Amino acid sequence: MMELWDILIAPFQLGAMVKAFWVSALVGLVCSALSCYMTLKGWALMGDAVSHAVVPGVVLAYALGLPYAVGAFVFGVGSVAAIGFIKDNTRIKEDTVIGLVFTGFFAFGLVLVSKIKSTVDLSHILFGNVLGISDGDILQTIIIGIITLTALAILRKDLILFCFDATHAKSIGLNTTFLHYVLLTLMSLTAVAGLQTVGIILVVAMLVTPGATAYLLSDRFDHMMLIAMASGVFSSVMGTYLSYHIDGSTGGCIVVLQTLLFVLAMIFAPKHGMLAQGRKTKFGA
Amino acid sequence: MTCIDIENVTVAYHGKVALHNASLQLKSGSICGLVGMNGAGKSTLFKAIMGFVKPIQGRVLINSLPIRYVQKQNLVAYVPQSEEVDWQFPVSVGDVVMMGRYGYMNLLRIPGERDRALVRQSLERVEMLPLRDRQIGELSGGQKKRAFFARALAQQAQVLLLDEPFAGVDVKTEKLMIDLLLELRQAGHTILISTHDLDAITTFCDQVVLINRSILAYGETSEVFTPENLSRTFSSSAQETAPLAQLFGQVQDAA
Repeated sequence: MMELWDILIAPFQLGAMVKAFWVSALVGLVCSALSCYMTLKGWALMGDAVSHAVVPGVVLAYALGLPYAVGAFVFGVGSVAAIGFIKDNTRIKEDTVIGLVFTGFFAFGLVLVSKIKSTVDLSHILFGNVLGISDGDILQTIIIGIITLTALAILRKDLILFCFDATHAKSIGLNTTFLHYVLLTLMSLTAVAGLQTVGIILVVAMLVTPGATAYLLSDRFDHMMLIAMASGVFSSVMGTYLSYHIDGSTGGCIVVLQTLLFVLAMIFAPKHGMLAQGRKTKFGA
Repeated sequence: MTCIDIENVTVAYHGKVALHNASLQLKSGSICGLVGMNGAGKSTLFKAIMGFVKPIQGRVLINSLPIRYVQKQNLVAYVPQSEEVDWQFPVSVGDVVMMGRYGYMNLLRIPGERDRALVRQSLERVEMLPLRDRQIGELSGGQKKRAFFARALAQQAQVLLLDEPFAGVDVKTEKLMIDLLLELRQAGHTILISTHDLDAITTFCDQVVLINRSILAYGETSEVFTPENLSRTFSSSAQETAPLAQLFGQVQDAA
């Protein structure tokens, strides 16, 4: 009995693991909060684009000795500006533009990683490395978390209105261009935070899945936000814990858990789940 | 006193002119009907007034002020034709109406006693108070229109711009909204409303604007709403011939 207990609590007695729990919980919290806006605004593809487009920025920032976040921010917002510019000035449709811009940026990042001799490990960027996270990176994640949560708390109602009805937002004199760029900026910043934990490839899951799960479970924005954050933090902590025991990819475990929670919600959600919908159709309610 | 002053406004989308050289002055405390075919430039005129499209020439003043100042003072409420909103969005009817009050609140948009009272009152006026906690997607077409109309009421704007508020609504809702518009006029509000319900126009509009890519005629309803003018308004479409023939009958009957 004692032996089993020792095995279960073992991860909580390792310094690196304890750090990893805290960081992934924070990243889960911040990304989940933002994910509500991403899913409601329909920006999943944009999130995917920005998270990939930050790679060259991250590499350059490393080479120049700047914080990760600075390079990521410049390239994240730059990619969005490039998408907007190409869409407005050519006849190419938006999804095509997004596809070509983010792969272009990402490819440029790959070339930079292979040519710039630095401590940047490509696999850490692609798949995350929360167990080996440095204190500097932790500090950066905390700062990003504070900025994002503060901005979301202050602009909560304005951002909800912007996502729901941008025309009305404009007609009462709100600066919708500003709100648009606030969301994009927060997305770039959280992509960097997520990069540490789950890596570039999976960060879009952190920015979409908790919001989507919560959306199936509530018709109130505030409830949706709480559910998203709870599911995000739970997946992050449990995923990190599981990855220790099965000695598997941390990012992979976190996102698999998130996806499982989504599938559960999709089937069993009391009102919008498949079973409830099925009952509705059957009884013609 | 002139409330809405539109001067030589021309709007083009991708080089194609949608509205040519429109000029119009609307008096305070009046209801003005905007009549024209689909694609005649009605929505474009609304968007030009709201500053959502930039005219290639001309200007719009409301109470002698450019629109961006007017918006900040909550002087104008705009109810677009088809709300480009996500009906599955997790907000309730009450939340939507409260959005009409945001312009009066501080940065955090925390509603005060007065905001809550006005939301309640506005919902009561459109007979939607019992549905205040419904998610907006659970409403019928007419109820959705009423909810957005209640938001415009809660905004307490001096000027109301209503783009096709009667499209797809039941007779009861249309009657309710017309009664509310008459109350608003009584209280000194200025209303510009586009509609295809030509019968209703003669019952509540003081003035009429006839539009077909440019303003064909505007003025007192009795003077402007003539078969000749309507025929010019609807001239370029053969489809309109049948309803137009009936309409001539109605207008002549009314006269």
